[in-house]
Amino acid sequence: MSNDAASIDLLKNRIAGISTSEFRGQVRVVVPTEHLFASLEFLHGERVFDFLVDITCVDYLNYRGATDRFGLVYVLTNTVTNEQLMVRTFLNEPDLAVPSVTSLWEGANWMEREVWDMFGITFEGHPDHRRILLPEEFAAFPLRKDYPLQGRGERHNFPVLTRDSA
Amino acid sequence: MAVELPENVVVSKLDALASWCRKNSLWPMPFATACCGIELMATGASKHDIARFGAEVFRFSPRQCDLMIVAGRVVMKMLPVLQRIWQQMNEPKWCISMGACASTGGVFDTYSVVQGVDRFIPVDMYLPGCPPRPEQLIQGIIDLQDKIQREGTLGGAEFRLKAAQQPKRALIELPGPPQIDSARNPVVWKSEVQQ
Repeated sequence: MSNDAASIDLLKNRIAGISTSEFRGQVRVVVPTEHLFASLEFLHGERVFDFLVDITCVDYLNYRGATDRFGLVYVLTNTVTNEQLMVRTFLNEPDLAVPSVTSLWEGANWMEREVWDMFGITFEGHPDHRRILLPEEFAAFPLRKDYPLQGRGERHNFPVLTRDSA
Repeated sequence: MAVELPENVVVSKLDALASWCRKNSLWPMPFATACCGIELMATGASKHDIARFGAEVFRFSPRQCDLMIVAGRVVMKMLPVLQRIWQQMNEPKWCISMGACASTGGVFDTYSVVQGVDRFIPVDMYLPGCPPRPEQLIQGIIDLQDKIQREGTLGGAEFRLKAAQQPKRALIELPGPPQIDSARNPVVWKSEVQQ
């Protein structure tokens, strides 16, 4: 894994309020939410990060020293130069909406649906904004830290088939 | 009033004959979702040879099956599928709950995993193990065959009896809005309605 410092410098010049840190060769870029789409568009278009490895989210509820509730993480790779970047932005309730990046990477489609399904973050402009892993009628977001591990009774409410009902 | 019968004629009850036919021609419906499914496949393979018990015809079409083998953990999203397949199978039909997960949820006591399929469909035979070995599944099938021979009737009265014994369960009220009984989550589908 290599990291091209030029990408980060150019991004910093273009967009205000960006901070970076590095840990074991992984560069993390924290972008203000209002500049998220512009940053990703720049990285996709001009720095040729052609592969969106993953979109995921972290719930920092009760996390030591955390100031924001959710951290939304985009893992990008440039398959030519093998550059990798972790772009992240912080979100707080009630404003849990970011623009969808399906227009940049087709592969973002299912990843964004998964983040919506598990954390309840909406992606504006997503072509198919539905739950993907859980049933459509599921009401909660299970990977939030305030959701109980055993659920709130969702798995019990199915019709029971008896011998005479079949 | 003894009747002289030829040596190749056996007198039996029609009930026993029907049960005997049923037990020796079980057609399993494999509902395999996890590691137990691999053991189920091994049971069907030549080494263990489930054909010895007349149960080798694994059909993926529920209309042709009369034995459902639930092998592996079942999650909330899969349960309606399981129930639909069970309903599509022909009477008389039986169900084996194979392994710890299908019987009790196993170690997966989480929001999405069903804690035993017997809460939602009738189960005749529980197979312990995580996963059970093919020998155990074969033993389960032999025991189920005994049960079919012992309990089966031509009119299906044993199923009506079992249905009467099964307790009715009430729906659990979920705390706070939104409830999950809406067909589609309005939060998700708001954008679609507006378009």
